[in-house]
Amino acid sequence: MTKTHQEISTANQKEGADAAESLAHYTGAPVPPPARTDGPWLIVFWRSDIAKKWLMALSGLALIGFVIAHMIGNLKLFIGKADINEYAEWLRTLGHPVLPDQVVLWIMRVGLLAAVVVHISAAASLTITNRKARPVRYQSRRDYAAANFASRTMRWTGIIVLLFIIYHLLDLTWGVGNSSWRSGEVYDNIITSFQRWPVAIFYIIANMALAFHIFHGFSSMFASLGWSNPRLSVLRKNGAIGIAAIILIGNVSMPLLVVTGVYP
Amino acid sequence: MQVNLKIWRQSGPDSPGAFHNYEVPNASPDMSFLELMDVLNEDLQTKGEEPIAFDHDCREGICGSCAMMINGRAHGPETGTTTCQLHMRKFADGAHITVEPWRAGAFPVIRDLCVDRSAFDRIIESGGYITAPTGTAPDANLILVPKEVADSAMDAAACIGCGACVAACPNSAAQLFTAAKLSHLNLLPQGQPERYKRTVSMVNEMERWFGSCTNHGECSAACPKEISLDFIAMMNRDYVKAQFKQRRFASQT
Amino acid sequence: MSQINLDSKIPSGPIEDKWTNHKFDVKLVNPSNRRKFSIVVVGSGLAGASAAASLGEMGYHVQMLTYHDSPRRAHSIAAQGGINGAKNYRNDGDSVHRLFYDTIKGGDYRSREANVHRLAEVSVNIIDQCVAQGVPFAREYGGLLDNRSFGGAQVSRTFYARGQTGQQLLLGAYQALSHQIHLGNVELFHRTEMLDLVTHEGRAVGVVARNLITGAVQSFSGHAVVLATGGYGNVFYLSTNAMNSNASATWRAHRKGALFANPCFTQIHPTCIPAGDEFQSKLTLMSESLRNDGRIWVPTEFGDERSAASIPESERDYYLERRYPAFGNLVPRDVASRASKREVDSGRGVGPLKNGVYLDFAASIDRLGEETVKERYGNLFQMYERITGEDPYKTPMRIYPAVHYTMGGLWVDYNLMSNVPGLYVLGEANFSDHGANRLGASALMQGLSDGYFVLPATIGDYLAPQLGNSALGTDEPVFVEAQSQVQERVKSLLAIKGSRSVDWFHRELGKIVWDNCGMARSKEGLEKALVEIPTLRQEFYNDVNIMGHEETINQSLEKAGRVADFLEFGELMCRDALDREESCGGHFRVEHQTEEGEALRDDDQFAHVSAYEYTGDTAQPVLHTEKLEFESVAVAQRSYK
Repeated sequence: MTKTHQEISTANQKEGADAAESLAHYTGAPVPPPARTDGPWLIVFWRSDIAKKWLMALSGLALIGFVIAHMIGNLKLFIGKADINEYAEWLRTLGHPVLPDQVVLWIMRVGLLAAVVVHISAAASLTITNRKARPVRYQSRRDYAAANFASRTMRWTGIIVLLFIIYHLLDLTWGVGNSSWRSGEVYDNIITSFQRWPVAIFYIIANMALAFHIFHGFSSMFASLGWSNPRLSVLRKNGAIGIAAIILIGNVSMPLLVVTGVYP
Repeated sequence: MQVNLKIWRQSGPDSPGAFHNYEVPNASPDMSFLELMDVLNEDLQTKGEEPIAFDHDCREGICGSCAMMINGRAHGPETGTTTCQLHMRKFADGAHITVEPWRAGAFPVIRDLCVDRSAFDRIIESGGYITAPTGTAPDANLILVPKEVADSAMDAAACIGCGACVAACPNSAAQLFTAAKLSHLNLLPQGQPERYKRTVSMVNEMERWFGSCTNHGECSAACPKEISLDFIAMMNRDYVKAQFKQRRFASQT
Repeated sequence: MSQINLDSKIPSGPIEDKWTNHKFDVKLVNPSNRRKFSIVVVGSGLAGASAAASLGEMGYHVQMLTYHDSPRRAHSIAAQGGINGAKNYRNDGDSVHRLFYDTIKGGDYRSREANVHRLAEVSVNIIDQCVAQGVPFAREYGGLLDNRSFGGAQVSRTFYARGQTGQQLLLGAYQALSHQIHLGNVELFHRTEMLDLVTHEGRAVGVVARNLITGAVQSFSGHAVVLATGGYGNVFYLSTNAMNSNASATWRAHRKGALFANPCFTQIHPTCIPAGDEFQSKLTLMSESLRNDGRIWVPTEFGDERSAASIPESERDYYLERRYPAFGNLVPRDVASRASKREVDSGRGVGPLKNGVYLDFAASIDRLGEETVKERYGNLFQMYERITGEDPYKTPMRIYPAVHYTMGGLWVDYNLMSNVPGLYVLGEANFSDHGANRLGASALMQGLSDGYFVLPATIGDYLAPQLGNSALGTDEPVFVEAQSQVQERVKSLLAIKGSRSVDWFHRELGKIVWDNCGMARSKEGLEKALVEIPTLRQEFYNDVNIMGHEETINQSLEKAGRVADFLEFGELMCRDALDREESCGGHFRVEHQTEEGEALRDDDQFAHVSAYEYTGDTAQPVLHTEKLEFESVAVAQRSYK
């Protein structure tokens, strides 16, 4: 007795239409295929847009955590050469003596990579979905009431940040393109890199993009994770501004002060 | 007052459309936007042109039929207002007003400003109800509903299904519509038995047709009933919970 | 033609037992046989949606037609105030019998006792059913249901969901309907407008409808046809009905043999926003519940030009409180409306066009505080502010009566079946429960009672003997013929190519009926209308201009068909008003009033239902009457003093 959606959908009466109906020019909105609910649950879960947003929020939260920790560590640059080099060495030997050197570091790196992959693939997949959801765009100018610069540029700030991460790894982790790079000499590597104007400007722009990305991402995370308690709304609003500002100031201060010669 | 209108005309679902310019010299500030359209249509007919098709019915802001993108905003510049309740006193004399139909893949334009919103019906059909066949109900006062909960459920249930949320959303997402119905039913004690099943079915159906939420907040800003974004958060939580939950023990929480 | 038998099929026995006994006496259809029966339901409002959902739940195969783009848009959605239920949750002496009594009295003793009693009995189940469905009725802090009082009653029995009760009840029915659509028990045909009833050997066997998107004319066949297509208030052009509300379905059924009962019983709602200008396309109702906390007054001075605030208390006439001390501002709708008309006609009207009276909340705001008033009526105040640009928290609202509901409709028996076998009529479309005046918060009750509880119980009586007969194929000659007639009519309307718009004719018709068959009716005026309407109709068929084609959305064409039917219906309405030489409820004949200007009934001659038969000539309908017997209530002059 139970019919499938497609059979009973009044928007899709084309098949079996009687003579009068075949006069019809319009047979209803195109009916998309039914959602697939078979297969391992993790894959079923991933198919859902809401689940993707949930995973984006969780991976985003992990990445925000990383960005903050990374920034705090790097700010040792301003304390002195010995301090930051010692911090870098500590990272490499974290877990010592229980685990061999770099094991914890690599676990963290793999975790970060996984978060980045989840975050970006969910974003890419949702972007495609959203594009498809409006095949014909508005022909007149939109007047946005609530969407702000940060929320509407997530895609672009995200891409800038991704490109920046790749460059940042090449520049300071692998030393590509920086002839004076020396393994383990973290302090010198940073200073020599930032003393180049174009690099410093790229770092500054990228971190501004990151701040905007985090500003919207942080508040958006609450909705995606389903935290709607009004008590959290203060944290949500102020937290987004605060974290974005801290990251912006902390991260931009390093290339800015180095390139302008204020430090060291 | 005099107004200059630029209105999207399209003769059928597959025909190309275009903006046409019209002038209404004798508008009154007390008329509603739809009454302005009536005046224009009557004028067009006397000139031998086909009137502009637009959906409308109750003109009291409750049936959800009227749907126009006015100057880039769903239902026009006034917040918390449907097109039929938008009055011309909100526009300046000599104003230029652009009117376009809702745009979304799930809402194809069928003529001029009319779109097909049946996808919303499909979402409700997929689970937007409490299974309570006629005649099986206990006495109404046996089910206690805390006033705050009843009020929140009512806030969500106020949705009129006009589609402004989808129209305003940069992603054509129907999250606010779906979340409003889900929250209405999921908040009430009567809705608990089917809560997770309902959430999964309605979300699955919604995702077949519409885009995803990126938390711009445009939907809520455009909503004539000012339905809160918090309901979307509630839907997200219920959906993810439903995926992890051992539903045979659902009554235990 | 004259062998029509107006058998109301009212069961025998004491009034309290009639419905219970009747449910036992009617024939039933076995659950496994129900899917063999197909039922066409036209209209998706409270009555139609609840009937389709309930019939689907029982296992019948239902085809649901609605001209809206979604069933949820039916005009029931606009009902604001509430729904009555004889629950006695307030411990204020309410009972089924009291609701029954109030409704009979409110209807000015022109309704059927048995139907009204059943309505009162079922009202209790409706509230239970709606709560189970998740209708978010207003609650007390303890979690129990809240109630408010309404016009025409001295108890608090009205359940409400803010100012959107109709919306929430309709959404409840729509949700139940959607569930049945999902299960495949109900097939939905949206944007499909019924244009004719199809009868075969005297029985209703289906309808012909036009797909409003493509213009395709289609037939729908069933063992029974259910019309739940609402009232005819839009015959007045300006009314609180939705723009698309029309009488075509009932009128077309009338032309196919169904009797039209009491067409002159129309309700004028006292609290609407007065018309602002000539462009006004419809009037907006402000819920009657406002009369709970608002006080109605006009200046004592004729033609007072001062603002409301500058008129001192001593120069205000709270005329309802003065004339009806017991009920005050809560007198029934017809009484309140006529009182406003009297004040405005006498020259004490307020507002720029002097066409309203004040509804003042200042006293309530003082007593309860703005917050409480806002909580109760916030959305209504907001709506008023949007439309008029005035803030009712600061200045009193201006209100004036407007056409709102029509008590008349197709004649039905106790089973809700019209005199055409197989044709059921529910909700506002039938005439059954409200007599000459409907009490507030009773329309929702009747729609849901008919749809959820009455029709599902009574339809088996007609269907059971038909077991084994399959529904007629839509390729049968009766359908083919009806379909070609409908197509012909559509084409002929488009072919007129005259010079005036459909709206022009509608407005003209509206003026004629409002002036002559509105709040006050006279022999002279009605006779004038009976000359003017046929002339206007003639002009319509010569001079209407409908642009566009039939194979697409063509809103002027849709409207033209509806206005054409109103042009015939309006004549019947005036004819009935002329025939009913008494005043009762919403029908007020100036020749029949007491010295104080109250309605004067004539129970000896007019304690009956007037049911008209279509003869092919709108000027010559045949009148059949059904005598109204009152066994349980004593017929008395209504008094709200």
